[in-house]
Amino acid sequence: MRKYLAFFRLRFSMDLQYRAAAFAGVITQFAWGTMEILMFRAFYQADASAFPMSFQATASYVWMQQAFLALFMAWMMENDIFDAILNGNIAYELCRPINIYRMWFARSLANRFAKALLRCLPILLTAMLLPAPYGLMMPVNPEAFLLFFLTLLLGTGVTVSFCMLIYMTTFFTISPMGIRMIAISGVEFLSGAVIPLPFFPDKIRHVLELLPFASMQNVPLRIYSGDLTGACMWQAVFLQVFWLAALTLAGEFLNMLAMKRITVQGG
Amino acid sequence: MRLYRKYFMIHLKSIMEYKASFLFTCLGQFLVSFNVFLGVYFMFQRFSNVEGFTYNEVLLCFGITLMEFSLAEAFARGFDMFGTMIRKGEFDRIMVRPRNEIFQVLGSHIEFTRIGRILQAIVMFVWGFSVSDVHWTPSKILTVILMLAGGTMVFSGLFLIYASICFFTVEGLEFMNIFTDGAREYGKYPVCIYGRQVLFLCTFVVPYALIQYYPLLYILGRGKTHYALLPVAACFFILPCLLFWKIGVTHYTSCGS
Repeated sequence: MRKYLAFFRLRFSMDLQYRAAAFAGVITQFAWGTMEILMFRAFYQADASAFPMSFQATASYVWMQQAFLALFMAWMMENDIFDAILNGNIAYELCRPINIYRMWFARSLANRFAKALLRCLPILLTAMLLPAPYGLMMPVNPEAFLLFFLTLLLGTGVTVSFCMLIYMTTFFTISPMGIRMIAISGVEFLSGAVIPLPFFPDKIRHVLELLPFASMQNVPLRIYSGDLTGACMWQAVFLQVFWLAALTLAGEFLNMLAMKRITVQGG
Repeated sequence: MRLYRKYFMIHLKSIMEYKASFLFTCLGQFLVSFNVFLGVYFMFQRFSNVEGFTYNEVLLCFGITLMEFSLAEAFARGFDMFGTMIRKGEFDRIMVRPRNEIFQVLGSHIEFTRIGRILQAIVMFVWGFSVSDVHWTPSKILTVILMLAGGTMVFSGLFLIYASICFFTVEGLEFMNIFTDGAREYGKYPVCIYGRQVLFLCTFVVPYALIQYYPLLYILGRGKTHYALLPVAACFFILPCLLFWKIGVTHYTSCGS
């Protein structure tokens, strides 16, 4: 465990160095968030009764999504890992007395946390200062906030373990581009990054909510905005734990298979 | 032109060496922009209209915008890699050749995988055309052609600015994405739905509205006749972009290597 913590710390402090990039990212995300909210406003004005969440909750959803973008975006994969597998640098990693899956897991987590930490505060603060229906609202109650935090961590875990599955498949396919893009666009849509899940028609939504993708950003963001409460909320949290365990186990299993048959071809 | 065709063939040949990967990437590109369409589709399952625009009208708007963007992207995306080019000092090589610099940068990188996106744009465009209840007249078709031309110009201009900034910062700036990818993303709806301020910005600062919203109103039979000619005005957007590029080139100092 200590080894993996060390990897986590190393990567974390490395990522904290890129502050200028983070600043540019903050501006970009702020602009995207604004456009997104203006778009929802237009729909809200067109037909308020058809709106599945309160407008305030939607605005909070959008701001939180932008603030913690780095935690949940599937496309933020680590090119280092793909490169290491493709160009054979993986040989160095294999020499170490560690489990590659866990090491990469720790590194990816650190990467996402560091990026999110640098970016979230300015966005959250500014969004809170915005006037009422457009800004970020305060959490509904302390418990909701606590649960939001917990599910945020769980959601990140699910996202990372899903990305890990894609890294692992690279061991078998060598060319990652195709699978990667298809997986990314699938996740984007099914996890509620394009439009929040409540905006889907009910039948489709019920199916989507059971998939691992709904356990990523959908749960924490909707708990924060008070859209997800009561029994549904606990069911969602349970599903998060379940998917985290399932995806991690699957990843470890693939890792085991890959390690058995890996050949590094010179270099 | 002959030189561009040569560039074109070289890139085509090199990409064909990796056919499977190429096909997958195309498919990926297709799916990524398909997401945007699905987003629109599901929103309209719930809402019947937005700011008075129906689903079919939004589809037409989305198809045209995506087409404008894809056309510009296919030719001008060479600027996307420009930051790397400057850092590696490849731009020095370009400057000593007796050809136009812009032309060479364009030729240095042609993205065939964008075919996925272009294909999507064509599908959306044709679909938007066929489901729209517009009564097509020659003047309206001409307007669409003008929109495509104007839109390609505006987006190319933006890519040009993106590249010119690299002269000063060496690194491409992430926030420029708002103007290119962001415009594609949010251009799926007519820009007026984002409110008056945004419409104002999109009319006078970066003329998105001139290539999308106003001519669309004319096509849908809601706008004044002179709206049809606004895309021509949008073409002038490329002039300040070119000027900025020229300033950038004179300002250029090599990174060496």
